[in-house]
Amino acid sequence: MRITFSLQRFDPERDHAPHQEEFRLDVAWRSTTVLDALIRIRQEVDPTVAFRHSCRSAICGSCSMVINGRHTLACKTLIGPEIERHGPTITVAPMRNLPVLKDLAVRMEPFWQKVRAVTPWLEQAGGASSTAQAVLTKETRSHLHNVDACILCGACVSSCSSLEVSPGFLGPAALAKAYRFVADPRDGARSRRLTMLTQPDGVWDCTRCNMCVEVCPKDVQPMEAIVRLRRAAITDGLTDTIGARHITSFTEIVRQEGRLNEGRLPAQMLWRHPAALLAQLPLAIKMFVRGKVPLPWHPPLDSIRAIRRLFGRWGTPSSWTN
Amino acid sequence: MRYAFFPGCVAQGACPELYQSTMVVARHFGIELIELRQASCCGAGVLKEASPALALSLNARTLGMAQHRGLPLLTICGTCQGVLSSVKRELDEQSALRETINASIEQEDERYRGGLEIKHLLWAMLEDLGLDRLKAAVARPLTGLQVAPFYGCYILRPSGDLKHDDPFHPDSLEAVITALGATPIDYEGRIKCCGFPILLEKAEMAARMSGENLVDAKTHGADCLVTPCPLCHMSLDIYQQRAEQAMGRSIGLPILHFPQLVGLALGYSPKELGMARHLVSTSKVLQKIGVG
Repeated sequence: MRITFSLQRFDPERDHAPHQEEFRLDVAWRSTTVLDALIRIRQEVDPTVAFRHSCRSAICGSCSMVINGRHTLACKTLIGPEIERHGPTITVAPMRNLPVLKDLAVRMEPFWQKVRAVTPWLEQAGGASSTAQAVLTKETRSHLHNVDACILCGACVSSCSSLEVSPGFLGPAALAKAYRFVADPRDGARSRRLTMLTQPDGVWDCTRCNMCVEVCPKDVQPMEAIVRLRRAAITDGLTDTIGARHITSFTEIVRQEGRLNEGRLPAQMLWRHPAALLAQLPLAIKMFVRGKVPLPWHPPLDSIRAIRRLFGRWGTPSSWTN
Repeated sequence: MRYAFFPGCVAQGACPELYQSTMVVARHFGIELIELRQASCCGAGVLKEASPALALSLNARTLGMAQHRGLPLLTICGTCQGVLSSVKRELDEQSALRETINASIEQEDERYRGGLEIKHLLWAMLEDLGLDRLKAAVARPLTGLQVAPFYGCYILRPSGDLKHDDPFHPDSLEAVITALGATPIDYEGRIKCCGFPILLEKAEMAARMSGENLVDAKTHGADCLVTPCPLCHMSLDIYQQRAEQAMGRSIGLPILHFPQLVGLALGYSPKELGMARHLVSTSKVLQKIGVG
């Protein structure tokens, strides 16, 4: 079957901007992957087409790119389902949120810098007297299963909503890697790690859009790791960030009223940040005029006893303060 | 058509016009909504960050309430839909976890036995009402109106929990927009994040996120944007002025709730649909379809 591949081309030595170039190829579409097709295009049509690849088995993580709008591995993407869903033209672009080197190859250095920044290795607990060995139990190992599966392909980074607007954000891959060590009982640097991860560009910059969970070829679920890091930070008493106060305030409002009250949340989150709170005021007035501000203190739901029973049973850390 | 109805906090708080327009549309089609007045907040993913078991149990209780009434659950908020769908998958797949969670719920008739159907109004329109009935009910075709569909994250991702639209190429909003006589516009931002979850803690990032999507929609010729998620509505409507500041340009794009767009095509007045509650004026949309 004759398939059209529309590849994004960009040669920094010749081009001002990227452009699409079409290549037509007869392929056995049921058994051919997009990577197979790219290799054939380079061998048979144009040897200057640039892209990364190595294992062809979804293990090395080299051939991450954007295929028909989806951030994925070219070696894992069969042509058949693509043409069934999107017709006989397959569009291929380089990963996003990383600078393009040439055509479909991006510069990975910013990616590696962020992974290195989270010190992705076990650190020993402080003090020379620390000789006791921590044991990695079966249960903990199962807990680390998802984050250990990361092949550092960068698909999550390519898809990340926060990175699009804030390139300094550590990003889903580095944060999933950070969680792998925070959650490991053999690691002795949990406190230092969490302090670093709750700084600007850290865990509180994630917008929880689930893009990284959706695109990960190995089910690492980076956003879930970020959520766990946030919980770990709060549990360890790192509650003095607006991000942490979002969670503690939200939870406390639902405990008191049974529902979220948008009339209370900003005040409860931001009272220690008067400038930020004041900045909400003009909007709050406009919302009030249009009947969009609920009463600050709603009567709780009639069923609040049943709701508070669940709060009592599953609880929240007693160190929380509001 | 009869559903247990979970309106969510925002439709009863900062976006009462969503609740109002839902009631108008439901009444029009004779859809019976049995509201779960004693259900708690779904947690919007935030409660889960505090305690996963707490979030599971509160939502299991909501699912149990619908199940006890023998009805599928209807949502009108993309975020509620996403959170409840994830809870459903987790509790449906793990019976031991379901039992543990149920044991913490006091009332027998609020425990969840698994297998409940949870539907957003958008999907109910497509699957239960059907496009033919919707088309037949259009009294004021929205001809010439260019509408930017904006899905919001939680109604699309993770697709394993939602099992409805293709998360990168969804088409359910487009199908309804077309049925109403309007023209859906195609732009990258339609599947992206509105920035709402970090609106208060990372205001500049959130403004940039919503701003990029709004400008994208506007550049592609949108007269208005429609969303099935009231959290997206808050970010894109209430905070649009901040997005304009972040982008350094005026945008002025009216943001409609999903049932408001349907209600307009059914012939209801802007007042009946609560259009005056928006911060970004909807007058240009109304002029274009010959209302007001």
